[in-house]
Amino acid sequence: MRFWFFSIAILAAVAAAAFIVKNEFVFYAGYTVLLYVVLATAWNILGGYAGYVNFGTPAFFGLGAYTGAVLYKAFALPLGLQIAAAAVMSGLLGLIAGLLTLRLRGIFFAIATIALVVIMETVFINWRYAGGATGLQLLRPPPTAPFESYIKMLFVIMAAMAIGAVAVARYIQDSWIGRGLRAIRDSEEAAECSGVATLKLKVFACTVSGALMGAAGAPMPMYLSFIEPASTFNLNYAVGALASPMIGGTAHWGGPVIGALLLSSLQQYVSVTISNEMNVLVVGVLLVVFVVAAPEGVLGLLRNAMAPKPWTREAVQRRVVMIPIVIAAGVALGAVLYVLFDFLIAKGERVIVYSVLALMLPGLLYLAFRFIRWVFNP
Amino acid sequence: MMPLDLLFEGVLFGILLGCFYAAVSMGLSVSFGLLDVPHVAHPAIMVLGAYCTFVLSRLGIDPILAGVLLTAPFFLLGMLVYRFYYETFEKRGTDAGVRGIAFFFGLALIIEVGLILVFGVDQRLVEASYIGSSVRFGDIRIPQRTLVVFAVAVALTILLTLYFSRTFTGRAIKAVAQDEPALRLMGANPVRIKQWAFGIATAVAAIAGAMLIIIGPVEPNMDRAYIGRTFAVVVLAGLGSMTGTVAAGLILGISESIVLIHPDLGASWAPAVSFALLLLVLGIRPQGLFGR
Repeated sequence: MRFWFFSIAILAAVAAAAFIVKNEFVFYAGYTVLLYVVLATAWNILGGYAGYVNFGTPAFFGLGAYTGAVLYKAFALPLGLQIAAAAVMSGLLGLIAGLLTLRLRGIFFAIATIALVVIMETVFINWRYAGGATGLQLLRPPPTAPFESYIKMLFVIMAAMAIGAVAVARYIQDSWIGRGLRAIRDSEEAAECSGVATLKLKVFACTVSGALMGAAGAPMPMYLSFIEPASTFNLNYAVGALASPMIGGTAHWGGPVIGALLLSSLQQYVSVTISNEMNVLVVGVLLVVFVVAAPEGVLGLLRNAMAPKPWTREAVQRRVVMIPIVIAAGVALGAVLYVLFDFLIAKGERVIVYSVLALMLPGLLYLAFRFIRWVFNP
Repeated sequence: MMPLDLLFEGVLFGILLGCFYAAVSMGLSVSFGLLDVPHVAHPAIMVLGAYCTFVLSRLGIDPILAGVLLTAPFFLLGMLVYRFYYETFEKRGTDAGVRGIAFFFGLALIIEVGLILVFGVDQRLVEASYIGSSVRFGDIRIPQRTLVVFAVAVALTILLTLYFSRTFTGRAIKAVAQDEPALRLMGANPVRIKQWAFGIATAVAAIAGAMLIIIGPVEPNMDRAYIGRTFAVVVLAGLGSMTGTVAAGLILGISESIVLIHPDLGASWAPAVSFALLLLVLGIRPQGLFGR
């Protein structure tokens, strides 16, 4: 009940924002953030609950986007029908791919989904009607009545889809399906022996997850007024969809939402202020740090921090003294290195700087890992 | 139907290409096939090797020699990576699958961006006497560099096969792959052997990287294309079989090259071949062609 109340409140706030805020860029960026919320939530249904890593997000997302684009080009279907058709197509893809490869161990499924992305991309590169390799230019229809611009409309639609995706994930998590999936993740053999219909559940999760990704892809051609294979089937979608739940926490539906909000806002910020490469680096480093040091993600860290602990006077005193010292030492070290590297870069020794950084990275990650562990587990 | 001479040419180039694919998959065949580590960063390490070869060749070192020189540091790197992976994932046990894959995926991203930051997004290539010239056989011109890569690939396969069948450590690695608990009971330390094997896999990836840059220019995000290809070869081969890896590489190379040369299909369909093949194998015979 509380969930639905909050959902409606959020949707109302988003819709209100669409009428009040004038700056269109907010909606451009916000659309992407919400898109990743849907993709991460959808990914987590199979990847988080059942433990099957899916690298094929771009395949499902792209199939959805192309379904929308082709239907729009052929019959000028309204957006709602495009989204529904995209969900059906990508759901079918999930069903077929799942039936074919979910009998195998997780790593094989992961590899098969990579294959799926390339096959999809190749098919659409060779399909003339859908624009081939050069892509397809689409003319956006005028926005529907209450909205003054198309982007704002897409933003509100994506917000509704995000809430829908979270509702689906929440339902699955709390029902017998989620229990079955968790049993599969913990021990597939034990689940099978206890009478869990493992294959059926996995294929179901894969289908639902694919359908949600496809639905999220459908408005993309309208958002860009353009569609082409290379960027539609880009592996970066897979990175975002996989990294967000890993960072947020995979056990609960809140994890991917928090992860996607954090990660893609950060990405938007970094790619605008620094560069696109830096943005991929941020994802890579965050992914490795969280997977190594905080396997339960942000949610796990929060739960650890809030759990009642023997906060003895001595333990608290040690933390109060040590945390500022460690942080100050870290900042000082960073500053020294920064000055040093800045000097070296100014002299043109970029290779040295980056190789030193690369060599230091594992050590730094390990130290950060120990520090986080120490702060949360006395 | 294709004309016969075109088909012949396709098969010939396919064999050369296939040996190259087999060579770049050899390291993965050890790390994933034998050790069961979901090493999706293998192609990224290979591209790293290619760039190291590029740096060394700028100092006037022949690319193949550079690849051989690089095996030492890459061996150490591989041992470090495996140690880290073992301490953080394998030892803790629970739910290692998902996080292990995510870890290697993140590692691949970091290597990729690191290369972009250092070298930029431009393509890089090396120079050597055998790059650029070609040999004539009747009507067919074969670039000499593919022959060089072919030779290195064959030598690598023979060496690795001999290593795994004749030497003590090589057999120990195979033993770890077959039955780890039994090895532990015999008083051997499986982690040390696996660490050694992963070092070898990474060293082989360095040589593969040298071949990668010999056969054509490289760019930092090239690893993405090779994740699927290398895994396709290893899965097709049946995990961990060296001769199987060569056979699978050849199958992949020949089918890809025939599609490439086919008048109706052409280059735009070529990438789908390996992956369609992979999906087919996974669906029909998941233990691979030469699997146990």
